[in-house]
Amino acid sequence: MGDLNQQMLDKYRNNFLHEVEEKVDDGEWVKMCMQCGVCAGSCTFGPDWEHTPQKIFMMIRAGKREEVLSSHSMWLCTSCYNCMVRCPRELPITHIMHGLASYAHRLGLAPKNQPTRDFSLIFWENCTKTGRVNELRMTISVYFREGFVSGVKKMWTLRNIGRGLFFAKRLNPLELFVSHGCKDKDGLRRALKKADEIEARRRGYEVQPRGYSS
Amino acid sequence: MAKREYAFYPGCSSQLRGSAANYLVSVNSMCDKLDVKMTQIPDWNCCGASISYAGSSELARHVLSARNFALSDKHLPGQDIVATCAACWLGGRETIEKLDASSQLLADTNEALKEAGLEYKSGTAIRHMVEVLVEDLGYEELGKPVVKPLDGVKVAGYVGCQTNRPFGIAGESFENPLYLDKLIETVGGEALSKYEEKVSCCGGSLAFCEPEKAEKQIKNIVESAYDQGADVICTPCPLCQANVEVYQSEINRKQGTKLNMPVVYYSQLLSVAYGGTLKEAGLDGHIIQPKKLQDIAVKVVPAKR
Repeated sequence: MGDLNQQMLDKYRNNFLHEVEEKVDDGEWVKMCMQCGVCAGSCTFGPDWEHTPQKIFMMIRAGKREEVLSSHSMWLCTSCYNCMVRCPRELPITHIMHGLASYAHRLGLAPKNQPTRDFSLIFWENCTKTGRVNELRMTISVYFREGFVSGVKKMWTLRNIGRGLFFAKRLNPLELFVSHGCKDKDGLRRALKKADEIEARRRGYEVQPRGYSS
Repeated sequence: MAKREYAFYPGCSSQLRGSAANYLVSVNSMCDKLDVKMTQIPDWNCCGASISYAGSSELARHVLSARNFALSDKHLPGQDIVATCAACWLGGRETIEKLDASSQLLADTNEALKEAGLEYKSGTAIRHMVEVLVEDLGYEELGKPVVKPLDGVKVAGYVGCQTNRPFGIAGESFENPLYLDKLIETVGGEALSKYEEKVSCCGGSLAFCEPEKAEKQIKNIVESAYDQGADVICTPCPLCQANVEVYQSEINRKQGTKLNMPVVYYSQLLSVAYGGTLKEAGLDGHIIQPKKLQDIAVKVVPAKR
């Protein structure tokens, strides 16, 4: 993956805006930003971002490639779409944030142990395994992602919530053994594998192995 | 024969043993009373939600939604698809919008779907359950089956994000949508129109990975409901429901607050008002008990003369 980053550096040299336009989902919109700042002021986790969307857009134009792609900021998007509906130029800001985060991950530049990135990967693996989300297994994977001891601690802290959900019939240990899923999960996984191949072809990447073949 | 028929896309959280299992129960009971027939799309799959962007490509996410559309078209031709989950609906709407706008993306999606022996043809409509209620049936029709008006129940209508933005319900504003308040009033409840956090974000799936930040949102959402004297918060989104109900105890533990505000679905309000039992309305599925609604649900209605 480090190689892909070098390839892109060589290809786009100092033109990061052009790279974003070609490689990032909805990246062609970035140049339309007029720096009004409504997105920054509308963002749910805005106060927690190091770089608000407004700043990210300016940094892209200023060629601050490394700083943008290794930023934690895009990973704080909650997909609330507030920025998107308020943007006077109608930029699909939410999609651009997701696209930047996804691209940063693909290049291996996303911050290590970024919690949202890790959760996103766990979610995708979980939902594509059988075709449907297994909430219990997903939760366990998220809590144990930093090791066994910290996982046990987290589960212990949240035990009352777990018990409450169990008695409300909204969580069941049975899910560890029997999972909901698609009957044709193999067909689904073949289709997803194909989608990755097509995406790689279109964007000029190598296919990232994801283990869809069951 | 039912008055109206739809292809139903319930989504993962609504499944048996899932975190929104009681949502599905209440929707079924509500639809039953409204003579709306919902047939699950056979072998439907997860929509990928809004969070899967690191692990997946954009095309892969469209393939997920398009597979559901293709299955619906194959088994339930001509029926609109109805989603009860905000993220499922939003994901589906995005796929339709993108695929309609790009013949290349449509061709790529179908090239992938061919691996599963399916084909997506344009022209699918995916709608949120709320759209079916307010657009296809209308408030007047929704008021007819009411046998137990929710008299004296003060409800904070918490619309949240994804049933509101970026698509929203036609004719509603993003900043102050009114449909949920109208639904509450239709079944005799008191809608707290000054509720300030109506369209705030609960933190969404980041409640999992950035709990402190999400809990700050949730605290505001709940405290604002208390400020308005609410008995209960009502929402159209399964993730809003789960986050806002479930993490109150965590906020209490960390911050010494005493939050204890029940959070229910619009479908539960309707189901109770239509005479649904505790079980039928999914009111046995809560950590924080919606006492006032439960009291109404167990009340016996005097038979009409």
